[in-house]
Amino acid sequence: MTKHVPNLKAQKIQGGVASDQRHDSAHKHVSGTAVYIDDMPEPAGTLHGCLGLSAATHATITRMDLSAVRAAPGVVDVLTAKDVPGENDISPTGRHDEPVLADGKVEFYGQPIFCVIAETREQARRATRLAKVEYKQLPFVTDIGELNPRKDKLVTPPLTLKRGDAEAAIKAAPRKLKGKMRVGGQEHFYLEGHIAMAVPGEDEDVTIYSSTQHPSEVQHMVSHALGVPSNAITVEIRRMGGGFGGKETQGNQFAALAAIAAKRHHRAVKIRPDRDDDMTATGKRHDFVVDYEVGFDDDGNILGVDFMFAARCGFSSDLSGPVTDRALFHCDNTYFWPAVHAQSAPLYTNTVSNTAFRGFGGPQGMVGAERVIDEVAFAVGKDPLEIRKKNFYGTSDRNVTPYHQTVEDNIIHRIIAELEASSNYERRRREIRAFNANSRFIKRGLALTPVKFGISFTATHYNQAGALVHVYTDGSVHLNHGGTEMGQGLYLKVAQVVAEEFQIDLDQVKITATTTGKVPNTSATAASSGSDLNGMAAQNGARQIKDRLTNFAAEKYQVPRDQVLFLPNRVRIGNQEIAFADLVKQAYMARIQLSAAGFYKTPKIHWNRDKGEGRPFYYFAYGASCSEVSVDTLTGEYVVERTDILHETGRSLNRAIDLGQIEGGFIQGMGWLTTEELWWDEKGRLRTHAPSTYKIPLASDRPKIFNVTLADWPEAHEPTVHRSKAVGEPPFPLGMSVLHALSDAVASVADHRICPRLDAPATPERVLMAIERLRAARPA
Amino acid sequence: MAKVKTRNEIRFILNGEDIALADVAPDATLLDWLRLDRTLRGTKEGCAEGDCGACTVLVGRLSAGRLVYESVNACIRFLGSLDATHVVTVEHLRGTGENLHPVQRAMVDFHGSQCGFCTPGFVMSLYALWMRSPDPSDAAIEKALQGNLCRCTGYEAIMRAARAISRYGKAAKDPLAAERKSITARLAALKDGARVEIGAGKARLIVPADADDLAKLLDKEPGATLVAGSTDVGLWVTKHMRDIGPAVFIGNLDGLCTISEDKGVISIGAGITYSEAFATLSKRLPALGPLFDRIGGEQVRNMGTIGGNIANGSPIGDTPPPLIALGARLTLRRGGKRRTIPLEDFFVAYGKQDRRPGEFVEAVHVPVPAKAAKFAVYKITKRRDEDITAALGAFHLTLARNGTVADIRIAYGGMAATPKRAFAVEKALLGKPWTEETVEAAMAEYASDFTPLTDMRASAEYRALAGKNLLLRFYIETMGTKAPFQVSRDEAA
Repeated sequence: MTKHVPNLKAQKIQGGVASDQRHDSAHKHVSGTAVYIDDMPEPAGTLHGCLGLSAATHATITRMDLSAVRAAPGVVDVLTAKDVPGENDISPTGRHDEPVLADGKVEFYGQPIFCVIAETREQARRATRLAKVEYKQLPFVTDIGELNPRKDKLVTPPLTLKRGDAEAAIKAAPRKLKGKMRVGGQEHFYLEGHIAMAVPGEDEDVTIYSSTQHPSEVQHMVSHALGVPSNAITVEIRRMGGGFGGKETQGNQFAALAAIAAKRHHRAVKIRPDRDDDMTATGKRHDFVVDYEVGFDDDGNILGVDFMFAARCGFSSDLSGPVTDRALFHCDNTYFWPAVHAQSAPLYTNTVSNTAFRGFGGPQGMVGAERVIDEVAFAVGKDPLEIRKKNFYGTSDRNVTPYHQTVEDNIIHRIIAELEASSNYERRRREIRAFNANSRFIKRGLALTPVKFGISFTATHYNQAGALVHVYTDGSVHLNHGGTEMGQGLYLKVAQVVAEEFQIDLDQVKITATTTGKVPNTSATAASSGSDLNGMAAQNGARQIKDRLTNFAAEKYQVPRDQVLFLPNRVRIGNQEIAFADLVKQAYMARIQLSAAGFYKTPKIHWNRDKGEGRPFYYFAYGASCSEVSVDTLTGEYVVERTDILHETGRSLNRAIDLGQIEGGFIQGMGWLTTEELWWDEKGRLRTHAPSTYKIPLASDRPKIFNVTLADWPEAHEPTVHRSKAVGEPPFPLGMSVLHALSDAVASVADHRICPRLDAPATPERVLMAIERLRAARPA
Repeated sequence: MAKVKTRNEIRFILNGEDIALADVAPDATLLDWLRLDRTLRGTKEGCAEGDCGACTVLVGRLSAGRLVYESVNACIRFLGSLDATHVVTVEHLRGTGENLHPVQRAMVDFHGSQCGFCTPGFVMSLYALWMRSPDPSDAAIEKALQGNLCRCTGYEAIMRAARAISRYGKAAKDPLAAERKSITARLAALKDGARVEIGAGKARLIVPADADDLAKLLDKEPGATLVAGSTDVGLWVTKHMRDIGPAVFIGNLDGLCTISEDKGVISIGAGITYSEAFATLSKRLPALGPLFDRIGGEQVRNMGTIGGNIANGSPIGDTPPPLIALGARLTLRRGGKRRTIPLEDFFVAYGKQDRRPGEFVEAVHVPVPAKAAKFAVYKITKRRDEDITAALGAFHLTLARNGTVADIRIAYGGMAATPKRAFAVEKALLGKPWTEETVEAAMAEYASDFTPLTDMRASAEYRALAGKNLLLRFYIETMGTKAPFQVSRDEAA
């Protein structure tokens, strides 16, 4: 990179907000020089850890003979539960239900029970296999289909939302129906697996490089596990090779074990699980069984809805409370339920503890809502899109959610109208009918589905952020904040905000690794909040410095404050202009503080979980997608012929980045609902724990025609950072249009008279079996 | 057989550097060597099983005297298999002056990376594609990227970049193109006709000089592990941590890598990769083209061999069913002795093949069907590409002049413990008029031929149902229908 000379005559800075900047690390990604934790040079003498995993699904450990493990070549140590010096617990919500290493009892197949520390990773892996563990098997349950959501064991208290009297409304409705839907879980499949490297320091100190979305939590968990104060632990992460929620809490275990071993042996310790161990021993998206009952009239107006959202949570709570809460928060999607009752059941199962995944339960809630719409559409014999539009939230009335928040920023009507027109929905609907009438084996399907996604952590206290901004005497800026970079371009967006604030070119802003030593007590980079929170905090930090510079300039040059203007790379003070760097230098000489800690907390939000009332979300993000598929009715195989998307991100900070989030989110959502299937065998073992058996979308699974448009007219209803809106999670449920297009194609084999009740993931197998079911039930 | 000379080191070129390794374990992988020994950490480990492509590097080798660069998975590629090759990693890419390489520039400008972890692998796959096809079709790009997973971008930005690479430079002027002559000469010099032998006992690694040398060697050491493409054996090491020594590396071995046709029979040497076979087979047996496009990803097709796919004996190998339907025969060799058997007889039971101690699969002989015959093969998977078969059916039909079935051979994978003929179905069809009624009646016979299993890829019910429906699909296809009879990625709606 050549040294940048700022243009002091520029009309506009390079790389401010609302400009399409490439990812700050793009040139390093493509050349292999972007450093991920496993690429860092290891300190001399670095040891390597490997987890020993349970071979029983639910059992007490009757005997654990690790002598052969200890005797294996290169083995330095074997850690078990008793070697955890502090508390053997990494429950992120303080429920004390998740041990670092299982102690005497295992609750899922693949639960870590010991950790081998050896000279090389290979030696650690090989030694792990030599353990002799004996179990006394206990009864287990892995599938929530066998459970009663009202009676069986929960991992965390359930939530109920209600508005109006749903039972009475359904009872009084002219039409009603009941049903059940299964929607599968999802493996994150971040390309970089979990990894932690702990480097011991003096006294109680440890520095941990952890592939985590939540450095502060890793810090807290390691401090608990070591039994030392938080100030002894520093956690740093420059970048992750993908996170998607899978690194919100799941990195704690690896970090804790690496830190324990590092302190025991006074050597650096790295733990990087093999992909199969990573997929076996870390949590995934929750799968749900959704029971629904709906009352409606002959026109398809929905009058009352009752939902039960039962989730497979695994053996511990992890984030299952807020995940199942968020499912309920999205059981309305874009629809006004005149009377609604919705309950969650976060069920205990003998499976890995499920965790955050892009959307955090929200998509599962929305899938439930869309199934209800489909059922009503089939019942009244109308196009599902018509039923959707009929039941949308209003803008001035019919706008109160099941959690009693008023939807103030509804733009779904225009989004749908524009997409319906640009995708030629009606014409294609007719063409597809004609095609299907003339095609014996291949059937086409079409669907247009909306998205409304609530933005904010529902745990209100997480909606805060800090940033640290330094201006050096040459005018260059060092930026740090609590957000983590996992590919979503957060570092870049926040740097754009800071560049804009100081009116300096983007490459004058140095983006630095997230570390608990610079910005403390941070929230996870999650809930799509990264830019909203950290952008505002960094803006606040920059503004504090700018304010001091303004005061200094006004005083020194004897002009009123309003005559100090920050122009591109320069400052106008009265009638003269001086370079930004020169003003900074002068300020330094006058002993002005050129560093600031910025802070932000989201206004307006509050939530009373006991009452099920409040304003959990600062605002909503909207979008819609329309997909067309072809289905082979002999085998259930299918292809996505075309997808059109219209999605909004307010006044985008960086449309190029946002477009990547929308395209990537859609494909990931499509994968969740189509080919990505988690499969447990009769012994309770997850058998899809590698890319050979777990199938995420490929380039050749993209829609053949893929039109993605960012709506350019909306701006954030609330004063968010430069009126932009969150884009991490909202595009994910756009994938629903593929599921519903498949359902539409299936429905054609029974002349669209029977709701296919196509469950997810809609693998070719599920599609074929649904076709068979409909053929068997087809009216003669 | 003349005595071959022996060498005690593996020699190859890494980027620009000559490498000679005298201390190599048989199970040492290229990826670990690059990352740990050479600290070349641009190449990433994503899965260690050849499915995600984060570890993609290029391997240049002389194939019939011509230098070819192919994308491969470094995670399951053994160092022992690299003798006389040119290994090219992402660190070797360079553009003009201070610029990045054209592939890299396109990826940057079109926002082809997000988290960046898969990116070096994508860059290398696109690089291999661009060198042989500077202006590829979307279908060609998708095919070249079947072995590369990206979880962030949804691929659209990568596709845009891939289409634009040639705007940033000319493939003909690429350093690897400019250096072809000198690299060819260097590789030819490395191929000195010697047998490579390193280590002793379980740590023994051998690269035979040629097929005759292999025969001699294996006769003496029948317990050695034969490693061809290592797309399966690689996982024995990375996933199961099995000891594979002594190991004999037979990829790219002279005498095993020929493909020829004589009197309507195509003979495929056991060392021929899927990629090498594709050109001949897709021309002479067009139905195999689309199947080969769906075996593994590009990297796996560049490494994996048809011989290995057969010898390995898997019930879900993709090549045995169509080859059995075609009536292929298999030559096994021990020392100087050869025997040739019908391919279907090779598969005795689950995990058991008719390969005697000291024998190796030398070649498979595939009769090209008569012009009038109909031949088709259909693979069913959860994900269309780069997925392991749930069920695969191959059909080879000859009709008599009166429209009755004169001959039919049907073979399936994924439906039994071995690749297996559908004898009862065949019997129900033989001699009958080739009509939908006949086909419908024969579909009932699947239950006597197959009792499929339920596993993570498909349930028994689905396998049984979709499996028999393939016969109906075959019937429809033979009737020359214009209406689509299977979904296709080829043309847009």
